[in-house]
Amino acid sequence: MTATENPPTYTWVGTRPIRHDGYDKVTGKARFAADLDLPGQLRAVYVRSPHAHARIVSINTAAAEAMPGVKAVVTGADFPDLGAADPEYDVSVNVMARDTVYYHGHAVAAVAATSRELAADAAAAIVVEYEELPAVFTIDDAMADGAPLVNETNFTKFVKADEPSNLSTITNLERGEVDDAFAAADLVVEREFTTAAVHQGYIEPHACVVDTGADGRASVWCSSQGHFRVRSSTAAVLGWDVSRVKVTPAEIGGGFGGKTTIYIEPVAARLSEMAGRPVKIVMTRDEVFRATGPAPASKVRVKVGATNDGELTALEAWMAYNVGAFGNVAGLVGAMSVASYKFPNLKLEAYSVLSNLPKSAAYRSPSAPHAAFAIESVVDEIAQKLDIDPIELRLKNAAVEGDVTAMGMPHPRIGFVECLEAVRESEHYQSPVPDGAARGIAAGFWFNIGEQSSATVHVNEDGTATVITGSPDIGGSRASMALMAAEELGLDVNSITPLVADTESVGFTDTTEGSRTTFATGMAVVQACRDLIDDMRSRAATTLSVDVGEVIWADGAAVAEGHDPVPLASIAAQSKRTGGPLTASASLNAAGAGPSFAVHCGDLAVDEETGHTKVLRYTAAQDAGTAIHPSYVEGQLQGGSVQGIGWALNEEYVLNDDGSLDNASFLDYRIPVASDLPMIETIIVEVPNPSHPYGVRGVGETGIVPPMATIANAISRAAGIRMTALPMSPPHVLTALNER
Amino acid sequence: MRYVAPTSVDEARSLLVDNPGSRVFAGATDLIPQIRAGRPQPSVMVDLKRIDRLTSVSHRDGGWAIGAATPTAALTANPEFATMFPGLSEASGLIGSDQIQNRSSWGGNVANASPAADSVPALVANDAQVVIASAGGTRTAAVDEIITGPGQTSLGDGEFIIEFTLADMAAGTSDAYLRIIPRTEMDIAVVGAGVRLTMDGPTVAAAKIVLGAVAPTAIRVGEAEAALVGNTLDEATLAEAAEAASAACNPINDKRGTIEYRRQVAGVLTKRCLLIAADRAQNGTA
Repeated sequence: MTATENPPTYTWVGTRPIRHDGYDKVTGKARFAADLDLPGQLRAVYVRSPHAHARIVSINTAAAEAMPGVKAVVTGADFPDLGAADPEYDVSVNVMARDTVYYHGHAVAAVAATSRELAADAAAAIVVEYEELPAVFTIDDAMADGAPLVNETNFTKFVKADEPSNLSTITNLERGEVDDAFAAADLVVEREFTTAAVHQGYIEPHACVVDTGADGRASVWCSSQGHFRVRSSTAAVLGWDVSRVKVTPAEIGGGFGGKTTIYIEPVAARLSEMAGRPVKIVMTRDEVFRATGPAPASKVRVKVGATNDGELTALEAWMAYNVGAFGNVAGLVGAMSVASYKFPNLKLEAYSVLSNLPKSAAYRSPSAPHAAFAIESVVDEIAQKLDIDPIELRLKNAAVEGDVTAMGMPHPRIGFVECLEAVRESEHYQSPVPDGAARGIAAGFWFNIGEQSSATVHVNEDGTATVITGSPDIGGSRASMALMAAEELGLDVNSITPLVADTESVGFTDTTEGSRTTFATGMAVVQACRDLIDDMRSRAATTLSVDVGEVIWADGAAVAEGHDPVPLASIAAQSKRTGGPLTASASLNAAGAGPSFAVHCGDLAVDEETGHTKVLRYTAAQDAGTAIHPSYVEGQLQGGSVQGIGWALNEEYVLNDDGSLDNASFLDYRIPVASDLPMIETIIVEVPNPSHPYGVRGVGETGIVPPMATIANAISRAAGIRMTALPMSPPHVLTALNER
Repeated sequence: MRYVAPTSVDEARSLLVDNPGSRVFAGATDLIPQIRAGRPQPSVMVDLKRIDRLTSVSHRDGGWAIGAATPTAALTANPEFATMFPGLSEASGLIGSDQIQNRSSWGGNVANASPAADSVPALVANDAQVVIASAGGTRTAAVDEIITGPGQTSLGDGEFIIEFTLADMAAGTSDAYLRIIPRTEMDIAVVGAGVRLTMDGPTVAAAKIVLGAVAPTAIRVGEAEAALVGNTLDEATLAEAAEAASAACNPINDKRGTIEYRRQVAGVLTKRCLLIAADRAQNGTA
């Protein structure tokens, strides 16, 4: 269902046409990166570190290079040392270790051979001598006094730092006086929460084919969320200008943030350059788990003060994110994601902590789920202790336009209250909780971003149109682009062909991340369409011998009073005589991304003898601003919910003592299967974003923020146990039940 | 690596004897992932599914002969079998997905010798026997004599399982199998429990209780069986059986479960299985 106040009347926006790429996908014709094969292509296989932290003493590749079918071998020595100050330095070292391996599975060498089997045989013949170094894997161990240094090139950001450290960032945010507020509070709840590292779990492993030509230019076909970033990072790691790299995006089999960085493209490019033949790399699932992603593990302590009537007066939180062997801003973003409630007094201390684990990557609202699990659990505990309805408590404290986030940024027009009200009024919430079950509520926030986008729109000579963007379509965005173009131009959506072009065929476009594509790339499409409409109005005015100011665009035609409307198709047919092809491009740096709030409601039952949790009913409400294609908005809400429920219940990196991953497969890394879950019900709330021509807010990410606390809050109400560690797998729940 | 699909037991035997490093397979649902993971690299893959006897199911003279390579989907879809052995049928139907079910077999499940194999506790509870192709013809053994440890069997070089035999379920007797997994399907048992009960009215006349995934092999819990025989399934008796089941466990901590969890849940599943099997034995299985 959709909950919308005073919806504007649109012809195409808000409808549900079959996606333009749908036929190829359901018939198996769609080409993913691993589907591409070039003549003479080689296959490459990696040598990876068997140690979590070690100095590379020597690498002997002589035997491998002499083996049958082997055409090229690379090690870190085949890539330039960018120097630690280079913004791509960490990426370059992660792509191929130089002197040190920082985690179990870190790439050390790669072999290109005429078959994958021959490459694997040769990789096994490469002899690497290591000198093991002490390693740390947990936040506590990495932050302990005297902890071994994970990465000697890491200096703490946002504070003065003279020595390398295991802390990548330290963030302190404060407003009001928390100590006074806690002293004055009627109720204070304080808890410590932990979450396990989790993988994005995209179904398609990383894959690429790279052909480096005799001219030294590399053509890359790959699976990514942002081929312009693949271009810049690949060029940087190779020490090349970006103009030497052309990247063509393949269809993408999921990314969820995990394909916003690169792992394999520079390796394939260098091997191809050395061998003079195209090189294909397809990661195995094992490699994906061991050497890409994951989202950080975390430890979060939260203290919340409240009055007896449910006003939340103070929040104090200590947050640490285990970001793996290379620094990032997970801690900062986690602190920034605290934005749902007014909290007049607030004090946050957040850390990004290094460990000898794979470099963590973005995952759908990166860092927000960890913080929300903690805060939304404590808020729920306060509601239980004060015997206040969990939605009413949240409504009483919900941020509205003008309230500031933890960062001090005032919220623009947001729809948090509307989401809470939508759940409260829903058939789900209004219906009784099933016997033997309990109901959990939790909320989530995500910023969403704007960034740079480009679009080119061609009106073809037969009156159809082609919409070209640089945003890889990871969630149905081509259909959304076509719908906005159809609305602008007044064309049938099926007369529009939306395409994603390579890095040399469309203007620069930032990565598909931050729920930005329908918002920002959509703005570029709308702008290009409006420029085209101005052009077509002008041509019609000339044809009709009227002033352009007298011509409006309506229902796909130029309309001037006293004249028959001139339809787009006839303007297109006449274009050769009226000034040439009809085409327009727009590029912009989009401002005004609208934050998206979500509120989830879940009913579940706990088998108190086995600790097994069964989700019986689940509803996700989220503010989409305006749903351009409601089916794909619903898909995002459902996908985020399911990933969050998986994170809540069973997903976790299980490490062996040596830091190797013990469950590097989908058998033992347990994402939910279809039979685990009910149909996820959705409520699209539409509080339009005033900064977008159609009111769009991004919707891709927020859906993963509320599920962990939704599940934990329902378990608490079902079984009287407050689960503070993820995953809430049967053994952990049974232990808590035994201790109850 | 060579693939061969013999059409007779003798031909398969010869291939195994003549080719060191060869492996038989039925569904290969375990073997192919193991090969992909780089473990066995067989010289010859001997496909048993083309041998009629290995995929045939017959029911006559008060017993069943079930080919070792029969897909488990064919068993769960066989109403006569599934009605007579509801627990064994359920156990067989829990192995993997629908696609896997069309390949997976008891022969493979037993010969793979995973401590967590779902069919094994139910087969042992039902006194399943196996006919083995061996030097000089065939030999027979009980299922629990085949599996000797994780991945270990008493099958000799060149031996393979031809078929399983089961006596008809006697009147007043039925079985049940339950397992616990973190998900609802597509997973490996953290604990499995197979039970067969013969009821004399409300009283247990005979009991077999076999647990999986709680020791290096499936284990029979004699103490729990002894606690049941001659008693009704009242709370105290069930609790005693559950306690005996927990005590009999010799599990490990691993990524799928802890020692404590496996022990506790083994008792729970035993109790639940007993109630299901008793109900079926007393009231019929349909």
